[in-house]
Amino acid sequence: MSDHEPDHNPHVAHHYETEKQQFESGKLGMWVFLVTEILLFGGLFCWYAIYRANHPEVFIYASRYLDKVLGGINTIILICSSLTMAWAVRAAQMGNNKLVVRMILVTLLCACGFLGIKAVEYNHKLNAGLTPGRHYAPRHEEQAGADPAVVDPASAAGDANPPVAPPDDDKSLIAPAARGPEGLNLGEEKAQGEQVPDNVALFFSIYWVMTGLHGLHVLAGMGVMIWLLLRAKRGEFGPHNFLAVDCGALYWHVVDLVWIFLFPLLYLID
Amino acid sequence: MTTAGSSDAHLSHVHIVPPKVLLAVWGALLALTVVTVAVTTVDLGEFNLVVALLIATVKATLVALYFMHLRWDRPFNGVIFLIAIVTTFLFITIALLDSKEYQPTLDEGQAPGLVK
Repeated sequence: MSDHEPDHNPHVAHHYETEKQQFESGKLGMWVFLVTEILLFGGLFCWYAIYRANHPEVFIYASRYLDKVLGGINTIILICSSLTMAWAVRAAQMGNNKLVVRMILVTLLCACGFLGIKAVEYNHKLNAGLTPGRHYAPRHEEQAGADPAVVDPASAAGDANPPVAPPDDDKSLIAPAARGPEGLNLGEEKAQGEQVPDNVALFFSIYWVMTGLHGLHVLAGMGVMIWLLLRAKRGEFGPHNFLAVDCGALYWHVVDLVWIFLFPLLYLID
Repeated sequence: MTTAGSSDAHLSHVHIVPPKVLLAVWGALLALTVVTVAVTTVDLGEFNLVVALLIATVKATLVALYFMHLRWDRPFNGVIFLIAIVTTFLFITIALLDSKEYQPTLDEGQAPGLVK
């Protein structure tokens, strides 16, 4: 490599000796950044672990208000987006910028789908008052029977205490969409005499902060992808210049990694 | 792309993951997701959490090794990543041990510092 002249390689910045050195420095920097991300989320997982260890009943009770199906779909969406992002790196390494554009577009689409489903979930929780900390105020009383369409025959006939199916541990308590906004039957459960643990709000504090921070990372990742998309459209990437796609993909995979742990820990308790 | 002054020697750091490997890892991740959901229908008591965490760890390892390229990367990058994981693990474990010490002083259902 003694005959190498950095000035003649448009992809190597002047303060690097070789292309390889530039590549490895960039990668190292990215990994150090990813470490700070792991530590950031590590603090939140520690928060989760301490409260779950001390108050398992809160987690068992409250996690039933999360929709396992929506959470599962989001998990699959993120796994697929990780695949397309890894494929984009492959395409960039081979200089196939058209494929890079396509792969990043699919990844972006997945990210939109993830956030869309997240928005549905958040909206549902906001409407039900399942908000964090001292804002936690499950609104079941004023919703029960408020909508004439959801008054069932038993209560219409004057039955003050209509028979309610006992809550099924395996099923999410979120009602099918057709039943409308009163879906969360917290009130019915109370009528059944089930013990509602104290401080259920704890779970929702953890839920909102952890999924919220993760959601912000998804947004940031989408920003990175748009930047990569524009560069790929200009045909910039190739075997000598794919570090940006590589690092963007690494970031996206960390977003996926965090969700891989968040999904079972928040949605799949009992 | 023509790049003056570069030869194949400069590309020694480039490893392209074969599509077969990418698809296999993707399939494994999807399968493990199904397993982790399915296993919640079986009541294993405390082991449900252990199984869920084990599956998540296997999935994370697959992502890190293949999608994140660590298997072919310079080992140094992997070492840095591992140090972060181990540090986080120690952090959580020691915090849990400490927290458990105070368990008897808790009011049932109350978070530390919260009162009825």
